[in-house]
This record gives sequence, C-alpha cells and structure tokens, in this order.
Amino acid sequence: MNTQNNSPDLSCLPERQANAEGNFYKDYTDSDRIGPGMNERIQRLRKLSFESRPSISIERALHQTAFYKENNGKYSIPVMRALQFLDHCQKKTLYIGEDELIVGERGPKPKAVPTFPELTCHSVEDFQVLNTRDQQQYLVDQGDMDTYEKEVIPYWKGRTMRERIFNHVPQAWKQAYEAGVFTEFMEQRAPGHTTLDGKLYRKGMLDFKADIKTHSDSLDFINDPEATDKAEQLKAMEIACDGAIVFAERHADLAEKMAASEPNEKRQKELLKIAEVCRWVPANAPRNFWEAIQMYWFVHLGTITELNGWDAMNPGHFDQHLTPFYEREITDGSLSRDEAMELVSCFWIKVNNHPAPPKVGITAKESGTYNDFTNINLGGVKPDGSDGVSEVSYLMLEVIEELHILQPGNSVHISSRTPDRFLHAAAKVIRQGHGYPSVFNPDQYVMEMVNMGKSLQDAREGGCSGCIEVGAFGKEAFLLTGYLNVPKVLEITLNRGMDPVGGKMAGIDCGDPREWDNFEQLYEAFLKQLNFIVETKVKVSNYIDRMFAKNAPAPFLSVVIDDCIAKGRDYYNGGPRYNTNYIQCTGLGTVTDSLMALRKHVLEGNKYSWTEMLDALAYNFQGDEKMRQFILNRTPFFGNDDEEADVLAVRVYDDLFKAIDGRPNTKGESFHLNMLSTTCHIYFGLVLGASANGRQAQKSISDGTSPSHGADTNGPTAVIRSLGKLDQSKSGGTLLNLRFLPSLLKRDEDIKKLGQLIRSYFSIGGHHVQFNVVDTATLYAAQKHPEEYKDLLVRMAGYSDYFNDMNIDLQQEIIDRTENESL
Amino acid sequence: MPGLIFDVKPYSINDGPGIRITLFLKGCPLNCAWCHNPESISPQVQKMYTKKKCIGCGSCVEECPENALTLTGDGIVTDPDLCKLCGKCAEVCPTLAIEMSGYQATVDDMMKLIRKETRTLDESNGGVTISGGEPMMQSDFLIELLDALGEEGVHRVVDTTGMTSSEKLLEVAERTDLFLYDLKAMDSDIHKKYTGVGNEKILENLKLLAKSGAEIIVRIPLIKGVNIDRKNIKASAEYIADLPGNIAVNLLPYHDIARAKHEKLEQEYESDEFEEPKLEEINRVIGQFAEYGIVANIGG
Repeated sequence: MNTQNNSPDLSCLPERQANAEGNFYKDYTDSDRIGPGMNERIQRLRKLSFESRPSISIERALHQTAFYKENNGKYSIPVMRALQFLDHCQKKTLYIGEDELIVGERGPKPKAVPTFPELTCHSVEDFQVLNTRDQQQYLVDQGDMDTYEKEVIPYWKGRTMRERIFNHVPQAWKQAYEAGVFTEFMEQRAPGHTTLDGKLYRKGMLDFKADIKTHSDSLDFINDPEATDKAEQLKAMEIACDGAIVFAERHADLAEKMAASEPNEKRQKELLKIAEVCRWVPANAPRNFWEAIQMYWFVHLGTITELNGWDAMNPGHFDQHLTPFYEREITDGSLSRDEAMELVSCFWIKVNNHPAPPKVGITAKESGTYNDFTNINLGGVKPDGSDGVSEVSYLMLEVIEELHILQPGNSVHISSRTPDRFLHAAAKVIRQGHGYPSVFNPDQYVMEMVNMGKSLQDAREGGCSGCIEVGAFGKEAFLLTGYLNVPKVLEITLNRGMDPVGGKMAGIDCGDPREWDNFEQLYEAFLKQLNFIVETKVKVSNYIDRMFAKNAPAPFLSVVIDDCIAKGRDYYNGGPRYNTNYIQCTGLGTVTDSLMALRKHVLEGNKYSWTEMLDALAYNFQGDEKMRQFILNRTPFFGNDDEEADVLAVRVYDDLFKAIDGRPNTKGESFHLNMLSTTCHIYFGLVLGASANGRQAQKSISDGTSPSHGADTNGPTAVIRSLGKLDQSKSGGTLLNLRFLPSLLKRDEDIKKLGQLIRSYFSIGGHHVQFNVVDTATLYAAQKHPEEYKDLLVRMAGYSDYFNDMNIDLQQEIIDRTENESL
Repeated sequence: MPGLIFDVKPYSINDGPGIRITLFLKGCPLNCAWCHNPESISPQVQKMYTKKKCIGCGSCVEECPENALTLTGDGIVTDPDLCKLCGKCAEVCPTLAIEMSGYQATVDDMMKLIRKETRTLDESNGGVTISGGEPMMQSDFLIELLDALGEEGVHRVVDTTGMTSSEKLLEVAERTDLFLYDLKAMDSDIHKKYTGVGNEKILENLKLLAKSGAEIIVRIPLIKGVNIDRKNIKASAEYIADLPGNIAVNLLPYHDIARAKHEKLEQEYESDEFEEPKLEEINRVIGQFAEYGIVANIGG
C-alpha cells in the first residue's frame, strides 16, 4: 500500500492519520487503569507496544549479507534464498516478553524493524534521517550504522533490485515517473498484499512438506522442460518449511528455559504452555484456539522476514478461521470467552508491534508511515455463500473498540445475508471516530472477482487485503503495481506532453488545445495520452515482475499459497492459482470535474477562451479568484447525482478500464483496473498544478472514487447514487470516503440509519465505504480551507446549514459541540 | 399549481421514521422569536447574503437592473426600496454569497427529486416529510403532492404548526401517515408573545386531528425562559394525555445557532433572551411527561 518514496504515505484513512495511534476520547488519568485493554496484562502489553519507539535492527541484513558472501553461486537462487531464510531462523535473536501469550517478533524486540538490502540498501545518510526526523522516526544505533557501512553497504552496492530496476527503465518512464504521473510499488518493496485462507488451520508445515514431496517425486524430467526449475523451487519450499519449524522450536526452548527460572507460578505455567504450543505449531495443524492464533502468527512472521512485501501479510477471514476452534472449546469448557478475547488482544498487539520497514531516499518531509496495512476481514460470507458472522466476529469488534491501536487495520463485510445486529455493532465502533472499521460489500466484490475469472467459491473465500483491493485469499498474487495520477494525465495533455510543474516532457504531444473547438477533440487527446502513459508503465511493471521472479523468489510464501506447490512455481513466478496486476487510478473526481469545467465554460459556454483558461491554470488562478469561484460554484460536479457530471465520470471510468484491463502480464494473465488511492492523492496533488475544476496547485486530488473534496453538496444519498452509476464490478476495488459530523450518529436510531445508508449503497453496487466522523481538527481545517469542505453540513433538529456559511463565532460553537459530542 | 420551496434535505434522520427526504415549504403564519429557519417565514422569495463568502468582485452591482446594490467596505448593501427581488444578482454571484431563498416547483419536479431517493427510503422504511414554514399555507400544492406520493406508496409525514383551517387540515389528514405537530406553549398569552399568534386554533386543531384517528407526534421546542417551566410542561402533558390515541412527544432542545441565518437575511436577532436547556432540565421534562404515561424523547 505504498505511494512512492517521496509521497506522504500515511494510511488508508484520511483526516485521522497514521500517527493517530492511541486513545482519543477516554481519559484514564483518574482511574487505576494504565490504559485501554480488557485486563492488566493487555493494558501492559498495549502500553509497551504503544510506547515502544520504532527502531532499525540490522541483524537480518548482517545474516543475509554474510550468507550471500559465503554462498552466492553455490545453489540455485530459490534454494539459496530458502537456505538463507533457514539460516536466519536458526540464528535470529528471539524475544518472549513479559505477559506475552502469543510470541514471536520479526526483530529482536517490539517495533524493531529489519532491513532488506537485497531489494533496497539504506545508506548511512538514510539512517541518519530516519534516526532524527520528527515524524515516523526510526531509531538507529550509531554502532549499527558503522557496522552497516562496513559490512552491508559495500556488498550490495550495484546489486540491489532497486538499482538494477532504475538502471533499466527507459527515458519515457523516468520522465513520467519523475513528474508524478505514476508511482511504482516494487522499486522499494517486494510485491505483497498477500492474504491467507483457511488451509493453515488444517495443515501444518509437515503436511506441506509431504505435499511438496509428492509433487517432487512426480516430476517428469524427460518430458517436462521446466522439471529442473520446479525441482529447485520445491526443494526451496521444503527448506523454508524447516525454517519456520526451527524458529518455533527455538521459541519453545526459550520458553522452557525462562519457565525454569520463573518465580511466579502462574507465569511459569504460561511459559510452559507457550512452549507446548510452539512445539506443535507450525509443524502441525493447530488443535485449539491458542495454537490457531500462534500458527497464523508464525506464518505471518515468516513471510515478513523472508521479504518485505507490501501490505505485510493478512490473515483474511480471521474470525471465520477461528470460529470452529472457539465453538468447540466454548462447548467443552476448555476456553472461556474472556480467555479467547485475551488471546485475540495479544495477537492484535503483536501486529501493532510491527511497523512498516522504512524506505530509502527519505527526507524529513517524505515521512512514510508506520502502518504496514494488515487488514482483518470480519463477517462476510463463507465459501458456500452463507453468512460468515460468528461470536468471534463480535469479540473482535470489541477488541478493536477497546484497544484502538494503529494496527492491524480492520474491515467489516456486509453482505445481504449479514445480520443487522453485526452491522450495528460495527457502526457503533465507526461512531467512535477512529475511521474504522471500513465497510465492504461481499456481494459486489465476489462479482468483481468472478468477472476477473475466479471460481465462485474462491471468490467467496476472498475479500480485501490492506486497503480496498480484493483478491482470492490464499490463492492469488494480486500485485498493486502503482498509482496513476489521472488528473496529471489531463494536465500534460493540455500542455502538449509537457509537465508544467517540472518544466520537462512527461508524455506525448497530442495537439494544441487552442485548436480544439469541441469536447470530443479534447477527450480524444486525453485518451491518447492515457494509453501512452499506461503502456509506458506496463512495460516497466513487466520487467520488474520478471526481476522478482528470477532474483527474489519467496519460497516460504509459496508454501502457503495455492497452487505454488502443485505447479512447482514460485509465488512471484505464476505459482498462485490467480495472478493479477493492478494499476490504481487516482483522481476520478478531479479529472471528471476538470473535464466538465472545460466543456461547460470553454468549449460549450464560451465563458472563457482556451487562452484565458490555460493562463489561469499556469498562474494558479492568481489574480482571478472570481473566475475560480465561478468554476467552483457553477459547474456540475461528480457526486451530486447530477446526470451530466455522472455520465462523464462513468465515461472516464470505463475508458480507464479499457486502457488497462486485459493487458497481458508476465504470468499468462492480465492487468486490471483498481480505484484505490490510499493517501497517494495527497502526493499526486502536490505535483499537480492548478486544475480546471478550480482546484489550486498542490492541493490534494480526489481520493479513490470519492467526489472531489467539497464538490458534493447534496448529501450522502446523492454521493452514493453517483458512485452507484459506475459499474464497480469492472474494477478490483473502489473507495468512498464519507464525512459525518458526530451529531448525525448520536442516537442508536442514527446508527440504524447509518446501517440503512450502507445497505442502500451496497444494493446499487457499492464496493466499499468508510466514514470519517468529523472531529474538531477537521472543523478547524474546514475553517482554513472552506472550499474543500463545502459538503460539511451541520444538522441539528429543526436546523441545518453549511459549516462554511456560518460566521466564526458560530463555527466555534459547532467546534465546541463536536468536541463534547465525540463521546 | 406550483409550490414555493426553500429547501430540500435528503438523508433527513430527525423528521420521522427511517431515512427521509424533507421538503421545506416557504411561508409561515407564526413568527417565532427563536426561529432557526427565518427564511421560512415570508411566503415570498427572499434574497440572502452571506458576507463571509463575498469576494467583493462587484458582479452583482453591475448586473442589478434597479441599481439597488452598492459595494461598500462592509460588503454588498441592498436598498430594499429599489430591490425587486429579480434574482439577477444571485445568478451572477461567483461565490454564491448572494442566493435567493425560495423557488417555484411543481409536484412533478418534486416527485422527480423524491424518486431518486427511492432506494434509501425503501431500505430504511423511510419516506417524505413535508415541513416549512407551514406547509398548510400552500394546502393545494400540499394535497396534490401528498396524493402523488400516495399513488407511489411513499410514507408521508407532515410537519405543521397547526395554525390553519380545520377543514383543510382534516383534508390533509386523509392523505398523511404521520403528523409532526408543533406545540410551543399552553398559555395563549405567552404563545402570542413569542410567536405572534395565540394558541386556541392550534389546540383545537390538535384535538380534532387526534379524534380523526390521525397518527401524531407532538414536537415541543424546549426553550428556557419560554416554555420549559413545570407549569407549561404539566399543562402540555395534561392536554396530550386527554387526547385519544397514543401520542408520543419529541423534545427539541433550543440551541443558539439560529443566529447564522438571521444574519443572512440581514435581520436583527435577540438571542440573549433565550437559553439552552440543561440536560437535567430536559430529564425533568421527560419525567413530567412520564407521569402522564407519555413517552417523550429528545430529538425528532
């Protein structure tokens, strides 16, 4: 879920940003509690997680560099990478913290993050920036920096994936990339967004090894030209399984050792239980609730240690996976609801202990995020299509509400079969104002996946990974290849291929706008540019795909994704059952509104000439606020259920689909459209001059498929109807942010109505919606930038008015009220 | 015949069951001192000016055929004697600082807007609420609209002050699923002091309506210094308890933000006179109603 390294990549959730970890509304100063958490253990663990400062651990890099120095060239690449994984699992510093029940850290302690120099090697300067910047700081020990400079950097210089990619890319790609026309995900991190299905709870590593052996034994070295490659790949997977088992066994040894000297009898028992769990999983399939969570956690750690894939790793339908264990143990009395909740809380905190690996080339401004975008799917449908909500779903919602930590992200999946009770329980968490859970529509995304060629059952077992992108869990590599700045495509079109911000060519010359006298000429030029840009991007994406397939295979990840074992191919090399590449188009609202303004005021209304318009854009409307205001207030914009604007939005959306969908990728499958933006709309806005919809230079473009900021002035029902006109099943995800004042969510009755609003959006084909319950910070922002918050409607019984229209005293009053109403 | 509308609000969640779309009809026989929507009172189109949105471009001054507008250091000043409310200034204002409140719309126009909301209204068992102003002031339009809604099976709520002809009200009742019936004060003098009219007709109509079997929720704006006193609440509860049928009460605690719109209409607003009720007072009111077996809720 990245943007590129020079973007302020904060989180999926606008307004409430990545640093918004912590406790917003509850004040614990007067209570005995040290913070949120169901009991003292959880409170202490959460506090430690919350207060631990992210740091860099160079241990993985040292092990890896030494291993490469010693072994590079001795083995096939998959086998060497697997052996290196095993080597690290054998040597890595372990951590079992006080109070912990679920164990294992990627680094030597909570929030210690390894580096991945084979992909991208941090320089000493990078470390210094990380160590000192104000936002999203990562502590780096001075001694470690010296060691890194001596041991790690010299070996990797010129060998990293990133350097090799940048040495390769053609000029046209570089120009467009530098202008901010698109980003590239895989230049810093491995392809990720991987989400697991239920097989981990039925099979242990020993079972996977048996499967591997079966497939190895049946290789046909006479007739299958790939048999040797497959044999190497399978061998690598087998070694990787051993890595995970060794890692767990070492935890068992450590727990036993700690138990031997533990004075507290209760803790001693817990440590022995931890040892027992780690002796059993991941080697074998879990036997109970505790083991099931620990099983997933070991696999999670394995995959994020092997490589630094985007969106870390996701358990998928975690509630559904744990439900059979929960129900069995609750029935036989071996587990209480509180014990289950405690284990789930421990798991949640474990995920929070794992900030995203920081990128290179960072500056203080380009801060990145701690969020590694693990997303837990709650509710939804089961593979047979029935309702997936269980008591565990409710229990997890309670954990989310109680802990409110940054990670893991969470989402609720509301199909037509989901009971209202679950929807309302989720809406109550939404009301808290943390921006989550986000809400998804399985009925819609199952259709999207089937549309892209998945079987119905695999689609139902799917859901969303990090943000809003969907995939078939446990069976698909769905690669987000980067964001496309669609308004920027229009901007360079209007400037004959030139990027007016950077002053360099960024695309191709599609003609002089001054010669266009009807909208179709403009639109045709825009499409020509769009296709050129998409082709430029795809060429490099395909190159990067092959680079990962050949040089950075992921044997451990391949073990847990169908059908890598059966095919004898790596996760990055077409091993999964489904292999999708997405391009995420950002700024549908901004580009639609800009095209609309050009059509209305230049090409049809003749209110402004091309020269007047192009000059106004070049000078950021300076000196012509009247023109800008006229455009802002007198143009039909997307998001108001305005037929003219919406028809144009649908046309743009359909053409994005045509430009991307079906282009072949390197794994015999194809590229698809996605409408995800994460926070890339902020970066894309920064590199964009003024746009014809009245948006000033550097301001954000619209996010996902949401209307432009403030463009929707007809309320939420009009917004959902506009979005409902897009055939959302054509993309692998759309995104809608809706802003709500807390006063709209005060009573339980209001919660019900929010649920009905969600259901009515989903009934017309909505994929996703999330709610920003506006806090006072947002209202202050609205005072400063009124035009971006034109949609902010203050409603109280018998009264409603736009926030912007109120004078400053009254605005202050609303701000005070909001503060009080935020629970 | 067309109606005069001043606002349409989709996603209304305080004006009856479910998610609703609320239409606000312009014109009201009452002139409540605390009115939150003062533009609802006049049965004519009005000009509204939001000074903070004005960028002083002077487009309106140029456009005005009556030369009624002047650009001053304090924004646009309108000469009310010259202004003919033609609306040309609003048409050219780039920032919407000048807007005309009130526009003519036919039942067909309204039905087109309402039909767009069908999915949400159906999903939530919501419907349409017709409010004002006083919708009964445009009773012909109202009846035509209610009939059109009835034909499409839409749930209909009418929000009324009750200050209207009894005969017309009963005619409307035949095509209304629920009334939100405002009750400001039981003492007619007090009522007259703050709303400009006595309450006799209002109380009479409430009784008539209840007897007709109409479904009613009584709405009481709670304003300290006007009607929150024990005596008024007791009288209200007694009156309501005597009516046939099960009538619930919605309490709408007064809030101070009404000033915004008065400013837009360039009207004086004496808000100091009124105070927001405290939660304890509201709870006391709820308790008083409960003594008479009446369910009172905060909000609509």
